[in-house]
Amino acid sequence: MPIVAIPSLLRNLTDGEESITVPGATIREVIDNLENRYPGMKARLCEEDRIKPGIAIYVNGLLTRGSLIEHVDADAEIHFLPAIGGGVADTLH
Amino acid sequence: MLENKDYKVIGTRPIRHDGVDKVTGRALYGADFQAAGLLHGRVLRSPHAHAKIISIDTSRAEALPGVKGVVTAKDLPDAGDKVADLGEGAVNLKHLCDNILASDKVLYKGHAVAAVAATNPHIAEEACTLIDVEYEVLSPVLEVRQAMEPDAPLLHEHLKTTSLGETADEPSNVASHIQHKLGDPEKGFAEADVIIEREFVTGTVHQGYIEPHNATAHYNADGQLTIWCSTQGAFTVREQVAEILQYPISKIKVVPMEIGGGFGGKISVYIKPVAAMLAKKTGKPVKVLMNRADVFEGTGPTPASFIRVKMGATKEGKLTAAQGYLAFEAGAYPGSPVGPGAMCIFAPYSIENVIIDGYDVVVNKPKTAPYRAPGAPNAAFGSETVLDEIAEHLGIDPLEIRLMNGAKEGDRRADGPVHPRIGFIETVEAAKAHPHYSAPNGKKHHGRGVASGYWFNIGLESSVTINVNADGTINLVEGSTDIGGTRASIAMQAAEVLGIPAESVNPSVVDTNSVGYTAVTGGSRTTYATGYAAYEAAQEVKRQMITRAAKLWEVDEANVQFADGEFSSINGKEEQISFRDLCARLGETGGPIVGSGTVNPGGAGGAYATHVVDVEVDEETGKVEILRYTAVQDAGKAIHPSYVEGQIQGGAVQGIGWALNEEYIYNAEGEMTNASFLDYRMPTCLDLPMIDAVIVEVPNPGHPYGVRGVGEVPIVPPMAAIANAIYDAIGVRMTELPMSPDRLLKALGKI
Repeated sequence: MPIVAIPSLLRNLTDGEESITVPGATIREVIDNLENRYPGMKARLCEEDRIKPGIAIYVNGLLTRGSLIEHVDADAEIHFLPAIGGGVADTLH
Repeated sequence: MLENKDYKVIGTRPIRHDGVDKVTGRALYGADFQAAGLLHGRVLRSPHAHAKIISIDTSRAEALPGVKGVVTAKDLPDAGDKVADLGEGAVNLKHLCDNILASDKVLYKGHAVAAVAATNPHIAEEACTLIDVEYEVLSPVLEVRQAMEPDAPLLHEHLKTTSLGETADEPSNVASHIQHKLGDPEKGFAEADVIIEREFVTGTVHQGYIEPHNATAHYNADGQLTIWCSTQGAFTVREQVAEILQYPISKIKVVPMEIGGGFGGKISVYIKPVAAMLAKKTGKPVKVLMNRADVFEGTGPTPASFIRVKMGATKEGKLTAAQGYLAFEAGAYPGSPVGPGAMCIFAPYSIENVIIDGYDVVVNKPKTAPYRAPGAPNAAFGSETVLDEIAEHLGIDPLEIRLMNGAKEGDRRADGPVHPRIGFIETVEAAKAHPHYSAPNGKKHHGRGVASGYWFNIGLESSVTINVNADGTINLVEGSTDIGGTRASIAMQAAEVLGIPAESVNPSVVDTNSVGYTAVTGGSRTTYATGYAAYEAAQEVKRQMITRAAKLWEVDEANVQFADGEFSSINGKEEQISFRDLCARLGETGGPIVGSGTVNPGGAGGAYATHVVDVEVDEETGKVEILRYTAVQDAGKAIHPSYVEGQIQGGAVQGIGWALNEEYIYNAEGEMTNASFLDYRMPTCLDLPMIDAVIVEVPNPGHPYGVRGVGEVPIVPPMAAIANAIYDAIGVRMTELPMSPDRLLKALGKI
């Protein structure tokens, strides 16, 4: 199952757990399953049906386009990080 | 260092395709653009750093003979609470619009408040003086720590601090807080034998591109808007203008003219939507040009910052913990590069216990814009200076401590992801082996310093189309602005695939209607990602050419091979035809061949650099002279080594300017007092020795030729390297940028 690294600013939702193993074949499924286990997680990561603008998703060390439909392998390592900004937008990926 | 055994084109140094036009002055820049009935626009800017706009009366300006139109923020569509999706990120639309033309408040001196179109530039300028703006002047907030105080004047009444999806209750100038935590920093510091903690301040610095911003806009009768401009990304101009004007992207065509420098500063739009608004109002094409003061005061610099760094190590030199606190000035609206700064600050090293806090803070200065490795130079000034002090304290060579702790493939960055194959160690080894590092360095007031730096690089979308010509050449159509020789580096990657010389490729940078979506020339991505798209397009051409050869010889495609520019048949007929000769037979084998490639690669790979510098410090004047400078960098694979060396040299020189002289100097009212190149002191060739650029090649597994972006990381190490050299020369640790003569003399206790 994919492993999700929990950002330090979200660890208050996971009782301090730094990484969680959750089932899911897409980012959406992973987040839904995180939400089932740690209520409130989805609201911190998503708004409406998309990832919040200020959040970037890395899968296996690679920056993705931050889409909920992104496929993740069973052994994927997923990071939700503050989107890196260069100064154009509030959050320039 | 450079190996070229496998390539015919890559790694060679052909003359750039745009070179002759540029050295003969024939290349067309935005200011050269002419059109029948062209009007000239001028922007009125705020004289105050912080004020409410009570009223704007344009009637006197409109009455001036020759004036054809005046616009203010009232001519912009209502932004409401919308979030604009710029493709590369999201931005509050009101902030975006207010930075184009202020609606209710001005937030920095130079903030645009109105614009005029007239029959000549002088009338437009005079008309600006006839626009009556009534302000209620407010106290400016000009420094990041001051802005973070609870009782600081607020720039935005509704701005609240966000922390990864959570929003604070009370308004603040702190737009966001980010944090990365790895391991147990408290435990790591407890294990350290030596702990050094220092505070650093860096000034506001401009990219200093020589060509000012420019834009000409025209609406056709059918509503089609065309904008000719200098930009790092025609498609991002289209997106930003579409959002600001609430106009469909299908009705906007952006034509990129040649660019006279950008370094990140020509991604944001300023006068492009204003030119469009004036064109709409007047029904004529309108050209708007900035002057140098407009550029300094009205466009985005890179931020001033306050940084605190704490690092701990064992007596053997192993780093056990690190802590970073980064507070960056975003300028008038949220969006400083504190994110990349926090991501890069300790990335050269493998440290098990790290905590990094970053704050994005609004102040009454121009909204910051990207500048070459945004955020990373500020951060590295702190971390690389503290590491130098630890090495000195422990009596360890400064390059040796970097080798001992250097990040390698598989090590985890403080922000979480694991490093892919990277070349940091190789840059340090090359610096250590360079004759510069072992050269004598014992003269009085002479010093040597080293520092390293990291930049993550980006991928993003690129598109390339290749049209095959009957004479064996190809026309390569791309959407990436060519700032540093990328026509050549992209063309060479296609040429390598097709076995043709670089000179047989005709690259064109075209408008937004003529090529697939392509993200900005920024993030060190162009040779990497657009080169990747060119590789894919050339592969598509190759596949189609093989089909044609098979048809010609009446053999199965599987029996056609291609090598060194020659198609040949195997398993049966012995046939052979060159790429060039087959191109001449496309008509009889099925017609024209067009190949296209689109990519959005995620494996940009990280870039590392290690610099060595010798300085001489004049204790009487405080002047620092750069005596010798060596910059080592991992390029993955240098497609065109001359342009890689050029990027390394250019980045190092801009870093030297940032280190020693460059800064916005403000008075108490928030006015920049040095808004010209006479007073904003950038280094020239007279100030510098030759920069010795050393290319290391550790191929990036995320690119078919191993390319890593090279444009940004060379600006990361210079500030700390020079600070460390100054310390070696005179025994004083400099913690504030720039390290200008007055600050040197103060540090020496002489003034």
